[in-house]
Amino acid sequence: MTLKVVVVGAGVVGAACAYHAASAGLDVTVVDRGPVGAGTTSRGEGNVLLSDKEPGPELALAHLSRTLWDEAGRELGPDSLELEPKGGLVVASTAESLTALGEFAARQEAAGVRVEPVESVRDLEPHLAPGIPGGIHYPQDAQVQPVLAAAALLRAAVRHGARFRTGEVSGAVTARDGGRITGVRTAAGDVLPADAVVNAAGTWGGEVGRRLGAPVEVLPRRGFVLVTEPLPPMVRHKVYSADYVANVASSDAGLETSCVVEGTRGGTILIGASRERVGFDTTMNTAVVARLAAQACRLFPFLRGVHLMRAYRGFRPYCPDHLPVVGPDPRVPGVVHACGHEGAGIGLAPATGALVTAHLLGRPWRGADPAAHTGLLPDRFLAPEVRPSE
Amino acid sequence: MSEITVDGEPLPFVEGQTVAAALVAAGRVAWRSTRVGHRPRGVFCGIGVCFDCLLTIDGTGGQRACLVPARPGMTVTTREDDDE
Amino acid sequence: MNEPADLVVVGAGPAGLAATATALSGGLRVVLVDSGTTVGGQYWRHPPEHARAAIATGDLHHGLRTYRALCRALAAHRAAGRLDLLLGHHAWSAVREGDGFAVHAVDRRDAPRETTVVLRAPRLLVATGAYDRQLPFPGWDLPGVLTAGGLQALLKGGGVAAGSRVALGGTGPFLLPVAAGLAARGVEVVAVCEAAHPRAWLRHPVPLLRNPGKWAEGAGYAATLARHRVPVRPRTAIVAAEGGARVSAVRIASLAPDGSPRPGTERRVEVDAVGVGWGFTPQLDLLVPLGCALTESADGNAVAAVDADQRTTVPGLYTAGETCGVGGAALAVNEGRLAARSVLADSGTDPAPANRPPTALRSAVARQRAFARAMALAHPVPPAWPEWLTDGTVVCRCEEVTAGAVRAARADGAHDHRQVKQLTRAGMGWCQGRMCGPAVHCLTARGRAYEPAERLVATPVTLGALADLDEGPQTPQTPQSPRAAQSPRAAQAQQAPTDNGHTDKECS
Repeated sequence: MTLKVVVVGAGVVGAACAYHAASAGLDVTVVDRGPVGAGTTSRGEGNVLLSDKEPGPELALAHLSRTLWDEAGRELGPDSLELEPKGGLVVASTAESLTALGEFAARQEAAGVRVEPVESVRDLEPHLAPGIPGGIHYPQDAQVQPVLAAAALLRAAVRHGARFRTGEVSGAVTARDGGRITGVRTAAGDVLPADAVVNAAGTWGGEVGRRLGAPVEVLPRRGFVLVTEPLPPMVRHKVYSADYVANVASSDAGLETSCVVEGTRGGTILIGASRERVGFDTTMNTAVVARLAAQACRLFPFLRGVHLMRAYRGFRPYCPDHLPVVGPDPRVPGVVHACGHEGAGIGLAPATGALVTAHLLGRPWRGADPAAHTGLLPDRFLAPEVRPSE
Repeated sequence: MSEITVDGEPLPFVEGQTVAAALVAAGRVAWRSTRVGHRPRGVFCGIGVCFDCLLTIDGTGGQRACLVPARPGMTVTTREDDDE
Repeated sequence: MNEPADLVVVGAGPAGLAATATALSGGLRVVLVDSGTTVGGQYWRHPPEHARAAIATGDLHHGLRTYRALCRALAAHRAAGRLDLLLGHHAWSAVREGDGFAVHAVDRRDAPRETTVVLRAPRLLVATGAYDRQLPFPGWDLPGVLTAGGLQALLKGGGVAAGSRVALGGTGPFLLPVAAGLAARGVEVVAVCEAAHPRAWLRHPVPLLRNPGKWAEGAGYAATLARHRVPVRPRTAIVAAEGGARVSAVRIASLAPDGSPRPGTERRVEVDAVGVGWGFTPQLDLLVPLGCALTESADGNAVAAVDADQRTTVPGLYTAGETCGVGGAALAVNEGRLAARSVLADSGTDPAPANRPPTALRSAVARQRAFARAMALAHPVPPAWPEWLTDGTVVCRCEEVTAGAVRAARADGAHDHRQVKQLTRAGMGWCQGRMCGPAVHCLTARGRAYEPAERLVATPVTLGALADLDEGPQTPQTPQSPRAAQSPRAAQAQQAPTDNGHTDKECS
């Protein structure tokens, strides 16, 4: 009998889970209270990055995901995702930070990331400010247009037989013996039969987990992104300063800004990324916008004369240890988490979808082997008595 | 009557007029091409909302002709890539 | 002005001017900010003060007596140091700060140079007005096709007519003054195509009868149009424009009751300019990010929700004029006065006894609102206008997204303009959907009120100006007292006499 899977969330991660699970022949229903890619997916820059990741469980997933984005591009058409293998350029503003960046890159290289030290960064980015001592080029870094990508993945899932329905999940239906999932209940009162439920609710994954009886701690981390007027191509790579890496990994409560500058196919330049822990506060913060603008102008002085056209903000979903939670929850058999990707959800989506599918199938799928990604399992947050015996 | 310079040519204007009003008074309703279709564009909303009338003033791009008052000696360029 | 302000007013049109005058007369210190070179907004748009002899526009206006009285009131308070009038200042964001508000603006008096200014006060009144609502049609992006308001702005502000043979189209009473103004300047207005039925006004006779002033204004336009033999053609529309480097002709069709062109009625009329407008869209960009609740208006727009005295749902935030429903200048003036009375009451300041008591003001507003509602119902967006569009018609002018692409996105499941934007880029360009938003909304979500996308940046600002804001004198984000928290920069901007002749003389 075909496994019935309900994917909660139609963001890029949910869409990727649906795409891989439906490709594997599973019976998939995607449920979201809104349309495809309307949450955090629509608020990001579309980062597909290896460059900002320390060797470890997240880098391993990112590695696989980078390959799977290329595969998705081949299957769905790279234009449908606006997939651009543009490469990243991390620049150091001082000699000390260049040394630190070099050491970081050496560890990444040992973990299989392609790194190319650059002495004259303006050979790669002619409009960078003068006097930057150097940087590292990461040719594997890429970009997609997140909402288009999520929509394309979901459309492909539907071609493989998946269904998409609008609704809000209110709870789980479980079997009397052993508490295994048999379906999910929606706020409208419907019950969708399910052998498995994938929690791909992103920043709202904590709440969905709670409703399914399998709570995980997923918290919002606010970020602003600035969008400039459309320009002819001025910035070729994803360019950011070396302190970005420190901020991504940081747990500080206050505001952190370290700007990432990149062009888009539409001609606009995107400037990210602030990080604030302020809950789901949507208030405009002009000081953050001004700080990002100042940092971007220091990297690319020509930006001083360029207009900010739009700013938007979203909420990255993060777990306390800054790793996503991907895998079955031992407390409620049938619940599989796929959330908490923080600012890396776009990049990590395809591998997350493949890994979830592998967990559902009980065997590796498209290069995703559950045995290779145990560091992402929800077990790490659970008290020893509920962890499965090893 | 005062003058501004538009693409190297003198353009007279009445003190108080915007750059757009000066151009329209001279019979020009388009001075820009769009990025994708290279269609001619100029003044449309006249009150700073539509951004069709963009041009470069004294070297700074992205200026709305309908909002900026013409000043004697102002240098205006209406290159095709004002939108790019 | 050396003392901290009690109130910031954004927008110096009829509502903002009236609000400012009332607040000043009640003893408050006010900062009035506007992007224009002179006060008056769109309705009372004038050339700058120093240019009025060279560009005569007085005969194009209505209600100038009120305008002049408001200007005199402002000038007196400005001389007394109680009003800080900041013209050429574009507000790009308004945020809550402590118990008050901070309005972030860029000073563009010396454009293209721009510098940032922060204006702080415990209360904020937003009177940012509205702009023409547009419905795309084939050829609407040809040079020489303007909004009706654009034709009017060039005429009133610069004394310039954008063509010599002009067709006007759309719906609503605003087309008449535009036609009358053009005709008065010798322009041949070949047709005023009003989509509505001429008897539609009669469906709501009571509000009409209770607003005799509007009859007089309408009769004045009718007389001007008759004198210049301008044909007003009800139940017709400009369904296409033709031309190359410039519009050379329009196609005008009679409309069936649903707004679809009647077959065989289309005729071609040669023109060198066109003006179109389908009512107005309120300018809510500063209000929405502050969390101000919206409500549905009879013209299909979402507008700011206010109580009977112009208070929004955000404490300390008031709005008046078109932002709470399009209704014209006379209503805007009364709403501005009412809003300022609320500011005075909420500040614990007794309103000056010379002002009209709020009950009279309230009933005037109610009467004028009812009239505006009747007008909106008589001049709806024709339900079948999308039939005029071909798949190749540009809907989003900035990103050049066609009606075909919007329809494809809708077929893909996009059910509002925000989703269409994500999938097609319609609304992602320079104007941020201000022009195409209502149309994309009609194409995807007919039946619901049009709620504009939230725009955290209300007008483009250079990154350099923003960077200076960051690197300039640091201001606390959450001050103890908003009155005491003026940044040195803002204080400086407020104290500095305006150095441009045209702003200095304003309202003097």
